[in-house]
Amino acid sequence: MRIFLVGNPNVGKSVVFNRLTGLNVVVSNYPGTTIEIVKGKARVGNSAAEVIDLPGTYTVEPTCRAEEVTVQVLAGRQDDDVVINVVDATNLERSLGLTLQLIKRRYPMVIALNLWDEAQHTGVQIDAALLEKILGVPCVPTVALTGQGIKALVERLSRPGVSPYEFEEARRWNEVGRILKEVQVITHRHHTLLERLGDASLRPFTGAVIALLVLGLSFETVRLVGEGLIRFALEPFFEAVWSPLMLRLSSLLGGSGFLHALLIGRLSEGAINYGESFGLLTTGLFVPFGAVLPYVFAFYLVLSVLEDSGYLPRLAVLADRLLHVVGLHGMGVIPMLLGLGCNVPGILSGRIMESKKECFICTTLVAIAVPCMAQTAMIVGLAGRYGATALAVIFGTLFLVWLALGIILRRAMIGESPELILDVPPYRIPYAVGLAKKVWTRLLSFVFEAVPFVFMGVLLVNLLYTLGVMGLIGRIFSPIVTGVFGLPSDAAGALVVGFLRKDVAVGMLAPLHLPFRQTVVACVVLAVYFPCVATFAVMARELGIRGMLKATAIMITTALVSGGLLNLALWALVEQTP
Amino acid sequence: MTNCVSLADVGQGQSGTVLVIQAGFGLTSRLDSMGIRPGVRLEKISGSPFHGPVTIRVGNVNLALGHGMAAKILVQIEAPPRGGPS
Repeated sequence: MRIFLVGNPNVGKSVVFNRLTGLNVVVSNYPGTTIEIVKGKARVGNSAAEVIDLPGTYTVEPTCRAEEVTVQVLAGRQDDDVVINVVDATNLERSLGLTLQLIKRRYPMVIALNLWDEAQHTGVQIDAALLEKILGVPCVPTVALTGQGIKALVERLSRPGVSPYEFEEARRWNEVGRILKEVQVITHRHHTLLERLGDASLRPFTGAVIALLVLGLSFETVRLVGEGLIRFALEPFFEAVWSPLMLRLSSLLGGSGFLHALLIGRLSEGAINYGESFGLLTTGLFVPFGAVLPYVFAFYLVLSVLEDSGYLPRLAVLADRLLHVVGLHGMGVIPMLLGLGCNVPGILSGRIMESKKECFICTTLVAIAVPCMAQTAMIVGLAGRYGATALAVIFGTLFLVWLALGIILRRAMIGESPELILDVPPYRIPYAVGLAKKVWTRLLSFVFEAVPFVFMGVLLVNLLYTLGVMGLIGRIFSPIVTGVFGLPSDAAGALVVGFLRKDVAVGMLAPLHLPFRQTVVACVVLAVYFPCVATFAVMARELGIRGMLKATAIMITTALVSGGLLNLALWALVEQTP
Repeated sequence: MTNCVSLADVGQGQSGTVLVIQAGFGLTSRLDSMGIRPGVRLEKISGSPFHGPVTIRVGNVNLALGHGMAAKILVQIEAPPRGGPS
């Protein structure tokens, strides 16, 4: 038996999915969070069932790309499969349009009247028993976020109904209107504070003020939490607890030799310098856990609050004009923001854009000009000692690259950039348990997916140095590295390692003690020139091999041009003026 | 009663009824499935400068539409425009 979750976007299908399967797929308060089919297992009665979470759709006659997926899957339905039609109780009218289409196809189904609590708060009263009687399929009120009603939903899954309801397809909406008159009573009430705030954050002037506040506050929170964790928890731990252990291990290993170089790395004056020693157990652990994880945690905490509150669609509306300049529409803010955490989910979420042109632009911009949090954390650590100016130049350059490249791609590529059409959900107070689970899931995926690559990166650095290959790489690439970017040839190694992990690559610059100009140029070039291997793989999947090669060519060109120009500009501006 | 303008030109906070959608089948059916069709009552929440998107409230739903789409939706405005949402 298979269970399909079908419903309008942003009605909580994935929350129901998590409740049924015990899994933790990411859920957010904006339409289009689920971009691919997710499967899980659940128990219904005494038998096991496969639960399939589908991207949201307004109709079974697809009007856009996301809807096609759902319609295709539904077409492959078998006899013992059941549809759970997740319905937004606060928007019964629009939801029932889809429900009637499902009914017309005679699917065995159960209706979950989700967001039941919110409907009651907003003055919407629905007679679920009467709706069940009219439609002839089970109707269960649910609050999936807290789990209310889920047990009843599962119980009724073993006896789904095939609706005997008859109506004329062309008069579907009149039919919905007729049903609503019978089952729904809306009590007039005043707008709540959240609703007023919701409107204010959409209007141009108040919206811009709110956006600046929200983004400023988000940025500061990430900085404070990330920095605070490093300074007061992680650094003290590594210094006071881990260093003595490592020094003991170092003397056990005899203080030198291959294994020592591999695990501990180079000691500086008998002490461990986590930024420079490059051993697996020293730098290899410190980079992911001591330097990057605190920022990754802080970022996902803030991002998850923004996602669950329902602010992002409003930001999408405000940013719509700007994003049209680079050939996207407002929803492009989602891939860009997710990309700031990690490019992989950023590129995946590019699927919410409809046209092929938009997807290509989106993917390329994320991979080139959006530094992931791991990289950002290392850049802040490395360039931070030159103060805010260095960071402003680095991230300012990346923004300019983003803008210029977007404009060029928009003009050069054939294809269309459709307009924004977006359901703006109400503000919701994030549900703490759900929020914590989401942050936890994302942290785990960082630890399990990124940390192995950090180890591999550090291992590679070690091997390259030990085998003396690093010098060779430096000599081969020195025309570009030294000639175009003005960097020492030692920095070439960082470009090679950057393919595995960008954070390790930035870390490799630390022992070189580069001056201001070289630090800034190296950080920008490392961000732009090539995606890390995980991003590379997901680009190939999303764009196809040819698209990925095209994007890669654009990347290398952009890195050469932007790095070269920045090097020249800084040389002219900073070093030629007395 | 002849107060008929495109949604793009409806003032902020004004309400009206959709008269006709001057668009092809694709857009018409997409708007239809999202709850915008002739006869539906809506309230404009905001417009934005430089032909940016328009946001409206239809029943309990808030929708954002590109300026070009909004220009294709003709609305009969309720006169006189009210000061704010009641």
